[in-house]
Amino acid sequence: MTRYRWLALVAVMALVLAACGTGTEDTPDTTAPSGDTGTTEDDSTDTTAAPDTGAGQGGTLTLLQWQAPSGLNPYLSGGTKELLASSLIIEPLAEFSPEGELVPALAAEIPTPDNGGVPDDLMSVTWTLKSGVLWSDGTPLTAEDVVFTYEYCTDEATGCTQSSLYAGISSVEAIDDVTVQVNFDGPTPFPYSAFVSYQAPIIQKAQFEACVGAAAQGCTEQNFGPIGTGPYMVTEFRTNDTALYSFNPNYRGVAEGKPYFGEIVLKGGGDAEASARSVLVLGEADYGWNLQVDPVVLNDMEATGIGTVLAGFASNVERIMVNQTNPDAALGDDRSEWNEGTNPHPFLTNPDIVKALSLAIDRQELNDIGYGATGVPTCNVWPAPPADSTNNDECLTQDVDAANALLDSVGAVDSDGDGVREYEGTPLRLLFSTSTNAVRQTYQELLKSYWEAIGVETELKNVDASVFFGGDPASPDTYQKFYADIQMYTNGSGSVDPQGYMGNWVTEQIAESENTWGGQNIQRFQSDEYDALQEELSQTADLARRAELVIQLNDMLVQSGSIIPLTWRGSVSAFTNTLTGVGNLNAWDSEYWNIEDWVRSE
Amino acid sequence: MGRYIARRVLIAIPTLIVISFVIFAILDLAPGDPTASLPLTVPPDVREQIRETLGFNDPFILRWVKWMRQMFVYEPLNVIERVFNVSIGDGSERTRIISWSSRGPVVDTIIERLPQTFWVLGLAFVFGILIAIPVGVISAYKQYSIFDNVGTFVSMIGYSVPTFFTGLLAIVIFSVWLGWFPSFYDTTHHVTDWPSFVFQVKQMAMPVAVLSLFNAAALSRFTRSSMLDNLSKDYVRTARSKGLVENRVLVIHVLRNSLIPVVTLIALQIPGIFAGAIITEQIFRINGVGQLLISAIQGADVPMVQTLTFIFAVLIVMFNLIADVIYGFLDPRIRYD
Repeated sequence: MTRYRWLALVAVMALVLAACGTGTEDTPDTTAPSGDTGTTEDDSTDTTAAPDTGAGQGGTLTLLQWQAPSGLNPYLSGGTKELLASSLIIEPLAEFSPEGELVPALAAEIPTPDNGGVPDDLMSVTWTLKSGVLWSDGTPLTAEDVVFTYEYCTDEATGCTQSSLYAGISSVEAIDDVTVQVNFDGPTPFPYSAFVSYQAPIIQKAQFEACVGAAAQGCTEQNFGPIGTGPYMVTEFRTNDTALYSFNPNYRGVAEGKPYFGEIVLKGGGDAEASARSVLVLGEADYGWNLQVDPVVLNDMEATGIGTVLAGFASNVERIMVNQTNPDAALGDDRSEWNEGTNPHPFLTNPDIVKALSLAIDRQELNDIGYGATGVPTCNVWPAPPADSTNNDECLTQDVDAANALLDSVGAVDSDGDGVREYEGTPLRLLFSTSTNAVRQTYQELLKSYWEAIGVETELKNVDASVFFGGDPASPDTYQKFYADIQMYTNGSGSVDPQGYMGNWVTEQIAESENTWGGQNIQRFQSDEYDALQEELSQTADLARRAELVIQLNDMLVQSGSIIPLTWRGSVSAFTNTLTGVGNLNAWDSEYWNIEDWVRSE
Repeated sequence: MGRYIARRVLIAIPTLIVISFVIFAILDLAPGDPTASLPLTVPPDVREQIRETLGFNDPFILRWVKWMRQMFVYEPLNVIERVFNVSIGDGSERTRIISWSSRGPVVDTIIERLPQTFWVLGLAFVFGILIAIPVGVISAYKQYSIFDNVGTFVSMIGYSVPTFFTGLLAIVIFSVWLGWFPSFYDTTHHVTDWPSFVFQVKQMAMPVAVLSLFNAAALSRFTRSSMLDNLSKDYVRTARSKGLVENRVLVIHVLRNSLIPVVTLIALQIPGIFAGAIITEQIFRINGVGQLLISAIQGADVPMVQTLTFIFAVLIVMFNLIADVIYGFLDPRIRYD
């Protein structure tokens, strides 16, 4: 008897499961392109929206950010994921377009020398706000908010992640309600760092007034729910999980029917591949961000035909940094120390040897395996137009013979017959370090095989990213300490303007024990000529001349043999085909920079 | 029994303090930097400033003492205030445990994550037990029958095939091919009416099924072997020779005795419900406690990792005690005093 009771229980449970299955067939939830799950919530927007303009009438937009935002205050958590999530809410004075051009956001126009916004001495910039902009709580945006944003981020105790964008500013003053003047410490030919792009948006003074300095960390309510001027406002925020937004009825575009979507669900979790599947195969979401997936897999998914993969290029380059100092462990505390140039690397300071290493690489093969359409082989540190150099393009074609010849010509020959060349008695053996990451390890394996073909032996090493990129001065494995001959990672400029980025490689930025490895000149490159050119760049306002200087700086870095650029990396996202108005993917600013123009067409 | 419980609780307190110290020390010795995940464009001096404001550079003992005070004094007071709606002292004076990655209170985040973890893992646990015990009992009673062989086969598969494989298989079959279930879990979904309930069932179906299979597999093997041990005992022959019906022999005598070790096992597994299933949560994109822990570890969010692991430690110590107490109730032969 009992036996049958058990069996009956199992049978009932099987029925319950089966019921779940049949229940789904008649509801098209999973096949509809967006989270139709919110249908009940959709209806409620009809009451709040202004029906005559059509703003907020588009239902729900589902964005997948598999790395979910941990907060919505871009000044406290500076990762791209948080910057993106907050860019729906708060806006800067001006944004960058996908082409890298400045577009006014809260500013009425871009201040230039021509319209009088930038004086001839380049010592200040004057911004004029659009008139009549309201915060989502209905109060007006004023110049005081802009001044406050500066004060908030530059208070040392705030721990502001974007404070470098506000560096070099002596004061920010409100001339009147809509005019702000930013005064600089010295001539600033590119004055568009402060208050520009999703890295430096304007926050509301009234909301954050009590959160300056040490109090900033405890202001959870503010940090999770900033009041903004943008097209959306946050309705629910779950850290590292989900953010729900509804459209801002006080947004300045409402009269023109913007934004189209009434609600946004920003969902995190899982990994890049699962996100790509949700957008490209299942159609569960409208947008999937940062889909660094095996290019073959991504192509297969895209072939389903319901979504499209977009790539946008800024200045990120996967590169090999070539240690200019001697990392020999036998040197003890002096390993990888620049010591005013007295500790050169035994063979990597010879530009011809590094050039041979570079020529031996098949960059196209690396790119096809690692990045596909989301990468471009490059020989430059600064890859983006208009300042992209064409002087190093020789390296784009693999030339093993030329590499061998070059090594022979400098006297690096295999004299003891062990298959490894020696240069002035030192065998060409490289310790090659990078962060743990599937693509990077593939790159490492391929590079090792390329170099084996020219008689250079490579030992591979990989370090967990949180250690490698972490700045722990006690760890020997950080990229700053550089206890290896070469190391590989991606870096790029946070700004369209290369000046700050190219400034990484001046002498005073050399990372060494004296500055607890805090410098940005990781490969310990030193050239007085480079320093002088960089100085000239910081004084030059003429755009054509600036581009020329950047090309020269770039060529010096590459030709000195201290950096081997490999791949110009784009950001890659996917969107569902019913979504229109997205335009080109913006790699210079928020990918959601024009979200108010996004529309669903059937 | 009362004295025994009191003694155990008193022993638990120093144990937990030592555990919290050890966790703190391990986390402190482990490499990691809360600013490592920031873009490389953030310069080193800014990173140093951030580490300073987070208290990353404070001496180890100071941070531990601060954390202990927040964990044992401030946070419980906050919970009491919220539950009973009273105010004890000045609440704003009490600093909360703040996450280094989100700058939000750690305890609030954990509370936010519990429902989804609890529902998915709890249901998987309940279903696992409901499947495992009958299967184990029948398998043992009809040893080497077709049912037993099939049951053994299925539980071997369930036990040996990892959830990250069955999970992906389920997604490919039920999400990609059949389109029955969504492949990610909406944590903001509220059940208000029948369609929203159906959606909730749908989004839980796959993770619950995968975890149920896994839970049931181990438990059914355990039940089966425990039943087999008892079926050959003398008291079973006595019961049968007294002329008891087979059902009574099986359910009243054998099952009850066989359940003693099974119940202990179940009690010891309960803390796992709160700890979350890191891999399953990752695959089905359920942002629960397991996902919180793994992302906190990756982001070197020490206060979050510390608090979560400590809560797990408390639960494990607690359920160990509960298991011992239940054992005493189930088996009158066991006396603690």
